[in-house]
Amino acid sequence: MTRRRRRLYFIVSSLTMLGVATALALNAFRENLVFFHSPSEIAEKGIPAERRFRLGGIVEENSVAQGNDGVTISFRVTDTAASVPVRHRGLLPDLFREGQGVVADGSLDKDGTFIATEILAKHDETYMPPEVAAALKKAGRWQGE
Amino acid sequence: MANWHRLANPTLFLEWSRRVRPWTGVATAALLATGVYLSLFVAPRDYQQGDAVRIMFVHVPSAWMALFAYAVMAVASAAGLIWKSPLAHLTAKAAAPIGASFTLLALATGALWGQPMWGTWWVWDARLTSVLILFFLYLGYIALWQAIDDHARAAKSAAILALVGVVNIPIIKFSVDWWNTLHQPASVLRMDGPSIHSSLLTPLLVMGAAFAGYFVVVLSIRLEREVLARQVRTLRRVQSRG
Repeated sequence: MTRRRRRLYFIVSSLTMLGVATALALNAFRENLVFFHSPSEIAEKGIPAERRFRLGGIVEENSVAQGNDGVTISFRVTDTAASVPVRHRGLLPDLFREGQGVVADGSLDKDGTFIATEILAKHDETYMPPEVAAALKKAGRWQGE
Repeated sequence: MANWHRLANPTLFLEWSRRVRPWTGVATAALLATGVYLSLFVAPRDYQQGDAVRIMFVHVPSAWMALFAYAVMAVASAAGLIWKSPLAHLTAKAAAPIGASFTLLALATGALWGQPMWGTWWVWDARLTSVLILFFLYLGYIALWQAIDDHARAAKSAAILALVGVVNIPIIKFSVDWWNTLHQPASVLRMDGPSIHSSLLTPLLVMGAAFAGYFVVVLSIRLEREVLARQVRTLRRVQSRG
């Protein structure tokens, strides 16, 4: 075996081992690497009240309601399998609307309502001009909302 | 095999790079002008994001090039270690600041888009965090070259750092698929074809080609200076032994 070949094998095997080690570590920390939890996960795990976490999903259609004070908003976040009621007092991002992705930071209260302290809009990976979106909706081929 | 090795000869490289650069430079300038025109005046507004979608035409190519420059740096580092080739080490050294700049540009334009769209400049999700780590890897790599005076030792240490950092590249690419993140999944390089309308995809690809051309031109200029600096170092060493 030439020295060059030996160096090549050494680098390839080191990188493989490093890759495996990283994969194992990332897999072990899986829980901490996710940015938010879905309504289904929350139903499964039974997260205790008052513990802070992020809730992510789609704002359910026809669920957004404005409170009497004008600054409180309530809606439901769904992942189509389960849904969680959310209440928020404060500003909303521009992209916040029914049928759109949302990530809320906050905690559950005793009744199981998620009290959000911050609302972020989650944009999906679809990009198109408005005319195309309108045409897709008209043709009934709309897959989003 | 013989031809391939000739490129690793610094003198032949200088000759070749000087011949190719004017053409690449002109092509890059033309692509960039076309890309900017398409992005700002021809591309339609997005149905959700409105005009903010135009930030993508800078953000996405920067992020692609941030990853590509690192790949170049890592392959060159491996070649430098395996074949003990000074030109390969110098290629990696020359690519690092360009990659760092693209990474910074991707982070900055991402923040500018995130504020109006998401409602925040920055979140610690897997995609954003792994790209920030990429930026720090570039800075660490550059700092390591500066920190070690002996050129051969600096090259070797920096190359090892570059190779260790390679694990971060697939993490960046697949972070949006492996974990749920605030950052959206890939729109262009995905299994079931692009989820981006052709009227928005064309300007993006032209800008991507322009950024790639820019990388080639700047890399060849930087590498030429590294090669000349190395020749000066060698001459000085010979002289002092004199």
